[in-house]
Amino acid sequence: MAKRPASAKPSGGNLPPLRLHVPEPPFRPGDPVDYSFLEIPPAGAFARPDEACTTEETHALCHGLIRVLDEDHSAVGAWDPKLDPETLRRMLRTMALTRAFDDRMYRGQRQGKTSFYMKCTGEEATSVASAFALADDDMVFPSYRQQGILIARGYPLTEMINQIYSNKADKLKGRQLPIMYSSREHSFFTISGNLATQYPQAAGWAMASAIKGDTRIAATWIGEGSSAEGDAHAAFTFATVFNAPVVFNIVNNQWAISSFSGFAGGERATFAAKAIGYGIAGLRVDGNDALAVYAAMRWAANRARGGNGPTLIEHFTYRAEGHSTSDDPGQYRSAHEREEWPLGDPIMRLKRHLIALGEWSSEQHEAMDAEHIDQVKAATKEAEKNGVLGHGLHHPFHTMFEDVYEELPWNLEEQAEQAMRERRTKWPEWKEP
Amino acid sequence: MSDITVKVRRLNMIEAINEALSVMLERDPDVVVFGEDIGFFGGVFRATAGLQKRFGKNRVFDTPINECGIIGAAVGMGAYGLRPVPEIQFADYIYPGLDQLISEAARLRYRSAGEFIAPMTVRSPFGGGIFGGQTHSQSPEALFTHVAGLKTVIPATPYDAKGLLIAAIEDNDPVIFFEPKRIYNGPFSGYYDKPVEPWARHPDSEVPEGYYRIPLGKARIVREGEAMTVLAYGTMIHVAEAVLAEKGIDAEIIDLRTLVPLDIETVEKSVQKTGKCLIVHEATRTGGFGGELSALVQERCFYHLEAPIERVTGFDTPYPHSLEWAYFPGPVRIGEAVDRLLKA
Repeated sequence: MAKRPASAKPSGGNLPPLRLHVPEPPFRPGDPVDYSFLEIPPAGAFARPDEACTTEETHALCHGLIRVLDEDHSAVGAWDPKLDPETLRRMLRTMALTRAFDDRMYRGQRQGKTSFYMKCTGEEATSVASAFALADDDMVFPSYRQQGILIARGYPLTEMINQIYSNKADKLKGRQLPIMYSSREHSFFTISGNLATQYPQAAGWAMASAIKGDTRIAATWIGEGSSAEGDAHAAFTFATVFNAPVVFNIVNNQWAISSFSGFAGGERATFAAKAIGYGIAGLRVDGNDALAVYAAMRWAANRARGGNGPTLIEHFTYRAEGHSTSDDPGQYRSAHEREEWPLGDPIMRLKRHLIALGEWSSEQHEAMDAEHIDQVKAATKEAEKNGVLGHGLHHPFHTMFEDVYEELPWNLEEQAEQAMRERRTKWPEWKEP
Repeated sequence: MSDITVKVRRLNMIEAINEALSVMLERDPDVVVFGEDIGFFGGVFRATAGLQKRFGKNRVFDTPINECGIIGAAVGMGAYGLRPVPEIQFADYIYPGLDQLISEAARLRYRSAGEFIAPMTVRSPFGGGIFGGQTHSQSPEALFTHVAGLKTVIPATPYDAKGLLIAAIEDNDPVIFFEPKRIYNGPFSGYYDKPVEPWARHPDSEVPEGYYRIPLGKARIVREGEAMTVLAYGTMIHVAEAVLAEKGIDAEIIDLRTLVPLDIETVEKSVQKTGKCLIVHEATRTGGFGGELSALVQERCFYHLEAPIERVTGFDTPYPHSLEWAYFPGPVRIGEAVDRLLKA
């Protein structure tokens, strides 16, 4: 055996031995769930500082929780964005459509129409209400669970499904894992599968906007788990140094695949509190309260647009479903968590608020759900005409070699020829469709 | 240069690089230059001296010491529509930015089917020979030539440095632009114990004023010859040239200038003519770009070869501080390989 330093026996004399702390989530499969340890301040508990305030004035908001919808489904307090009923209904519809879309795509994956899917169930407000609070041409750098933004910005469902199926109409030419959308037209940056890389990019985009004297800002999302990546530190540092007009969102949905938020430091501090050390504004918001999310994003966007720099928003929410179609949450967390989550469900809460206002009804809601099912079904049928994954209706073969560089270099030309040759060897009758 | 109004001066490589940046900042309002210490101070090697004063802090600025942030921000700026030219102070410091380079900059065009691109040029001094120890001497070019979507460019003269840098900045793909810092101030014969020659005496220090570009992917034949083909780039061009001149060998020396995309035509033509091939680089041997060159030459020129391909490289060790010149592939190591090729 190679020589190595001995894994020494403790030799600390009378000192107590050190112990490694490995975080453990409060509940595991089968455990009863009691969330009474969570501090949930009542709606309307926090003042809303001026958007141009010092960062110190947001410190209390980094530890608190901005909430607007109260137990009686009323909007209360200084953070109430006072949206008109039509905007509220559009927000509700967009969140509900996002959920209907997720349900259908999830089933599509189970039926073998694609390889992979990720739902955002329970987190719809964090993207949809945020999108409503931003200008449509503000640039978003999302992670993989912000499909709500695309839907809010009117990206056609059929295009989303074409991408999910990697079919011949997929605008990304079948190159990306399902749900890794991109749409420059919708100011929606191409989603990476590598975590948190979009964070410093958003800071850079915001810097560019400031360099050019533009008025558009950037907003970006990561999960609490990937806030542990060095990219987050890079992004916060660049944003604070250059006072970049960017809004950082950390969607704290409690789980990063099977690792609970404690593995990203959640046992020690809130995620919003990271803002304090960087000298940027921080807000911690009830992520299942669409009005609170809207209000927080609006505050941060106004602050950035007013030249007052970046804000970090922690959206405190719960990932109601698995991480993706590739994991079974029943293996690592208690199934009771979802039903016990003290902040409820974002769609239900907004629905009840609208009903309490007399601007919505259960009947209307049911009718809307039925419409959404039909709408998604129709979009799916339309997309399926272009093929589903693995059924041969993909982009032409040669496209595999394109866009690696602006121009095809000789080695890729040669490899493209080889790929075609291999194809013809395997299927002599094959012709490029 | 046929235009007689173009002034030609003798510049060292730093001055040529500074001029390329200046020309592009002037021509294209979307060009921005940033990195550690590059603003007011003008860079630890002075490559950006005077640029902030001339073009303002909005376009030439210092950054935090965070290479992930530097490259990541450059990706975002590129997505906005700028043409960022970040500097990484030493190639040895580029590793914290690798995820942003490999997974992001290099893949944006592909993964977004052309919706987003990363038209950045990452400048970075590389290579040893200045007693920089293991963290200021490395030649990591093979890490980048292995990445589909990146281009890797290495100039060997002031004239090339300016023309290639301008072409790199204008290129719509991400370019790694490694500057051989040993030859910033003068070409290097490989004899570290002899006095340094300034660029002023070298013909390729003649640099025209203003804009000109040298296309990426086009090698330069430094010297035509019949006895063997030498494939090299950066500092090693000058070392190889000196050794072969000293030995009186009629070698054809090819400065690859761009490793990716590679000018395979020039390489093939030369090796098919000479029948012998010597590859020289300063980087460590195993997995080095010389391995790729050797494979390509073997695949494409096998029936023209009269001797096994020779690879002269740095050793597979970190760059040692006190034994720098024992690591460096200098005249003795190159001379041995040349002798073997001649005897074959």
